[in-house]
Amino acid sequence: MDHDDHHDHDHGSELSEMQLRVRALETVLAEKGYIDPTALDAIIEAYETKVGPHTGARVVAKAWSDPAFRQALLADASKAVASFGLLNRVGDHLIAVENTPQRHNMIVCTLCSCYPWEVLGLPPVWYKSAPYRSRAVNDPRGVLADFGVTLPASTEIRVWDSTAETRFIVLPMRPAGTEGWSEEKLAALVTRDSMIGTGIAKNPKEAA
Amino acid sequence: MDGVHDMGGMHGFGKVEPEPNEPVFHAPWEGRTYAINRALGYTGIWTIDETRAGIESLPPEVYLGSSYYRKWELRLEKLLVEKDLAGADELKAGHALRPGKALKRTMKAEDVAGALSRGSFARPAQAPARFKPGDMVRTKNIHPATHTRLPRYARGKTGIVEAIRGCHVYPDTVAIGQGENPQWLYTVLFDGRELWGEASDPSLKVSIEAFEPYLELA
Repeated sequence: MDHDDHHDHDHGSELSEMQLRVRALETVLAEKGYIDPTALDAIIEAYETKVGPHTGARVVAKAWSDPAFRQALLADASKAVASFGLLNRVGDHLIAVENTPQRHNMIVCTLCSCYPWEVLGLPPVWYKSAPYRSRAVNDPRGVLADFGVTLPASTEIRVWDSTAETRFIVLPMRPAGTEGWSEEKLAALVTRDSMIGTGIAKNPKEAA
Repeated sequence: MDGVHDMGGMHGFGKVEPEPNEPVFHAPWEGRTYAINRALGYTGIWTIDETRAGIESLPPEVYLGSSYYRKWELRLEKLLVEKDLAGADELKAGHALRPGKALKRTMKAEDVAGALSRGSFARPAQAPARFKPGDMVRTKNIHPATHTRLPRYARGKTGIVEAIRGCHVYPDTVAIGQGENPQWLYTVLFDGRELWGEASDPSLKVSIEAFEPYLELA
């Protein structure tokens, strides 16, 4: 059931079946006046080109650079992020959770695929997959190992199951050796996975 | 609903396999399916919880055997037919055979920028919150056959209220057409051993976002 199996075995037939089904669906809905295909084009373009983890990375870099913003973000992330003037508002229920040497946070949605779209874009396939959704809550260290991440046994692993309309973003730890870096330079160290909690921010050598 | 979608803690699904340089959509139909969902959601013909319930009630073998956006597409077809917004005959024909119903609004290309913003699920409280941060609570052992957001692995478990998140639309009723019925929402924190027994990783803590009707004082 992992997604590679999907790609190998049934993606080809699913692809042609789904192309036809979706084309039929879109035609019916457009003819009934429920949807405007040019609006669909604009939605797809927005998620392919504008909405994505670069937004979350800017938020993290600012939190690393500006203590007052960090505090505001942890107190009320929806409000703090509103100051970024995003194309799409994040709504009222964004929560930022901070990694420390004592505690590592990881975000999951065991029931479906809840994810902070407005700051991270659409989730990757693995986030929505059965392996991640089943294991994140009882074997997060095993999941981290799948991502090549090992944390000290003494670090508390805190998993946030997104079972309501609250949405979470992890504020990863700032890498050592980045003193005095600009927000723009720092943002390049912030990976999507570090904001989900399945990764950590890149170190300056990796970014070079 | 005790369905296969409620996956927390299940075994046997294998490793998590990240895909390097993953595209936003793996095929054009995935993007169309996503966009149709957003455009239809904008019209107000259903709530997000109805759409979640729609996916959860796909047959288990379909749920487990379909890619993510295939599930979305099948859910769309199902809900459209259930709500009599389109006929199965029309979906099969690939053309409208009858005029559409009048909708409150539809999304035009020029609406898209603002229309992708996230709405608020907070609602005025009907009563004061029963619990406060620091309270020990036990989740109820409930098994509704309809939509719920209390995962199986966290039922009948004792945890601590960590935060109150406001009063929100209640998925369990809004998903079945019984109204928003706003309820207080809490972050409830469990020790790994409470959920998974003595063999649990001792450094593990798991929280869920729990609506007040899911909880009682421990």
